[in-house]
Amino acid sequence: MKTIGLTATALSVIALSASAAAAREQVQIAGSSTVLPYSTIVAEAFGENMDFPTPVVESGGSSSGLQRFCEGVGENTIDIANASRKIRDSEIEACAANGVTDIMEVQFGYDGIVFANAASGPDFAYTPADWFNALAAQVVVDGEVVANPNKNWNEVNAELPEQEILAFIPGTKHGTREVFEEKVLLAGCEESGAMEAFVASGMSEDDAEAACMAVRTDGVSVDIDGDYTETLARIESSPNGIGVFGLSFYENNQDKLKVGTMSGVTPSTETIASGEYPVSRPLQFYVKKAHIGVIPGLQEFVTFFVSDQIAGPNGPLSEYGLVADPELAATQEAVASGTTMQ
Amino acid sequence: MTDLPLSQPGAARTDKAGSLLAQDARIKSRNAAEKRFRTYGATAIGIAVLALVVLLVTIIGNGAGAFRQSYLTLPVTLDAELIDPEGNRDPTEMSQILTLSYGRVLDQAVQDAISAQNIQIEGLVEDDIRGLISREASSQVRNRVLEDPELVGQTVEFNVLAGGRIDGYFKNRVTMESAERDGNTSPAQLMLADALKERGMLVTRFNWNFLTNPDASDQRPEAAGVGVAILGSLYMMLVVLVLAVPIGVAASIYLEEFAPKNRLTDIIEVNISNLAAVPSIVFGILGLAAFINFAGLPQSAPIVGGLVLTLMTLPTIIISTRAALKAVPPSIRDAALGVGASKMQSVFHHVLPLAMPGILTGTIIGLAQALGETAPLLLIGMVAFVTEYPDPLPQGLFDPASALPVQVYNWTQRSDPAFFERASGAIIILLIFLLCMNLLAIYLRRKFERRW
Repeated sequence: MKTIGLTATALSVIALSASAAAAREQVQIAGSSTVLPYSTIVAEAFGENMDFPTPVVESGGSSSGLQRFCEGVGENTIDIANASRKIRDSEIEACAANGVTDIMEVQFGYDGIVFANAASGPDFAYTPADWFNALAAQVVVDGEVVANPNKNWNEVNAELPEQEILAFIPGTKHGTREVFEEKVLLAGCEESGAMEAFVASGMSEDDAEAACMAVRTDGVSVDIDGDYTETLARIESSPNGIGVFGLSFYENNQDKLKVGTMSGVTPSTETIASGEYPVSRPLQFYVKKAHIGVIPGLQEFVTFFVSDQIAGPNGPLSEYGLVADPELAATQEAVASGTTMQ
Repeated sequence: MTDLPLSQPGAARTDKAGSLLAQDARIKSRNAAEKRFRTYGATAIGIAVLALVVLLVTIIGNGAGAFRQSYLTLPVTLDAELIDPEGNRDPTEMSQILTLSYGRVLDQAVQDAISAQNIQIEGLVEDDIRGLISREASSQVRNRVLEDPELVGQTVEFNVLAGGRIDGYFKNRVTMESAERDGNTSPAQLMLADALKERGMLVTRFNWNFLTNPDASDQRPEAAGVGVAILGSLYMMLVVLVLAVPIGVAASIYLEEFAPKNRLTDIIEVNISNLAAVPSIVFGILGLAAFINFAGLPQSAPIVGGLVLTLMTLPTIIISTRAALKAVPPSIRDAALGVGASKMQSVFHHVLPLAMPGILTGTIIGLAQALGETAPLLLIGMVAFVTEYPDPLPQGLFDPASALPVQVYNWTQRSDPAFFERASGAIIILLIFLLCMNLLAIYLRRKFERRW
């Protein structure tokens, strides 16, 4: 009897305080693990400088963030979704189906993708074509389309060191993989003329493009579904491996990693901002306009995020490895006027 | 009994096995088999102990550093031009000045200290001076100034956190060689730190802040702590305790003592055992659907985490409580009924008190399991960056919070290597909590146990 009484009391206490704690006080953010560090840095600075509570930031990946973003409007849905890729049309439709119609897209900078091996290893100078010839499932040898026979980097390009090919690339659930496929494999495919050879061998344009981005499955290329810390651990255990990292991760682990150049350009915030370094992608977050004015501090947080002193070239974000967006002023204007996506 | 024949070595034996003292082939092989089995057993235990030792040594080796932290004590001149450009000492206007400006005040303070202490180091650049002090310090100075605007223009002594790389240097995580390659520090910066240490301005001491501070962003690993996570875990455990124990115990008493034995109760029994084996992430999915999407409870809140963990712990508690009730001999019930007690009196006055130690042990083990759970929390938004402490109870149950295992998971994903040390430190704290709970379980069992 006593136990039942206790439970009843507990339930009633919970029910009572549930009604008391109805209004959410802090901004809720979820999404891309690439955007997460930037988001937490801004959230922390926002919390200590403003009279609003520090926003809560969750990770989980661009797709899962956008999925939760599109669940609906209301206090128990998130306000902002971080994404390392653009929102897809299917996601906009899913959003609209749940009543999330006015979405603000805020692009705040660029992130570089770098290729690094163990600090004790040799120096690498790649081109996208090297990566294509090393990792593609099918390559062109003497005009013939064959299954990739390359085992060593110097077979791909005589100027590269004699080291077995072993690459740790992001798994397909990562936004980074998409960028790697498009900006490295596909670019390398076109650059090396393999694309033309694929089409000449009777493939349609689309099939040829898919063949360009198909990664070999004989164990030379390893998909990493975890995050960059896992890639780093893999490289530490197999020193011949080469990993794909975000620029900021590399900058924090320079004592363990050595970065390779791409088409002769060393990745850095400067070379990415100038567009010389080819492998980069925009970072953005999506804001539910319906929540602005309802969730305290949401508008202020977004404005704070894109302000010059935070996202600008001398702000803490670029200190951490973000490549500042040269069109930040336009973004600030769009945020101030509350421009939504069409 | 078995050694009786051996005590009579002279006794005649009629079979052809011969003397009892000389072992024949079969006895030898039986003895050898036993010896082998004992070796296997000892080896198995040896492997388990070795694994435990390796685990503990690596975790303590990696994590002990989290409990020590480097601090820098230096006079800071609070330059009015930087932090109160209007010059009217009005706190509301001064709060417009962000922590970024205070960073410059601290850079100047380090420069002043270098010249005051007459430290000369070649190749020291502006970035080295900036990285010497944690970014957390600018927030500390800003809060102090906003509390007491009269400090502006004065020189005040501050005790601030040293930067993550500097701290790592005094814990042997960063070396002169690694600093050569690292863009975030430099040998010159480390030499400066050495010089300050020699002059007693920089000390490495026990770090209470690790236990009380909230999480910090990727740029300030040195300031991160498990305060919010401990509080969040505590709140969740309270919810589990308040809900799972009464419901679990009531359910098992009913099932064990009162319920008729029929097909329905059999089905319930099988399902409870099944639930105990359901992967915890499934409870997370259920929690998301039932408590957040349907009941409208807030995300990232300990109440939802507690409810999900309650569901997860219930089968464990029910199963162990039923086992404890079963272990009470039927003679106790019969005796109570025999002297005229009602069924309920016999259960609550006699059976339950005797089953208590078993119930307590089961409950504590269930709670310990819930304390270490991460997967279901992933789906209800508790795997998050939370730096605000939840309010006191009961409103705090609805505020965002983190949890200890979640904090470990979060920190292992950060890029700065200093977070690796923090994660191991958090594991140590989690292990200490689990150890305490298990010791409590053993103590309660010993204290209340009755043997027949």
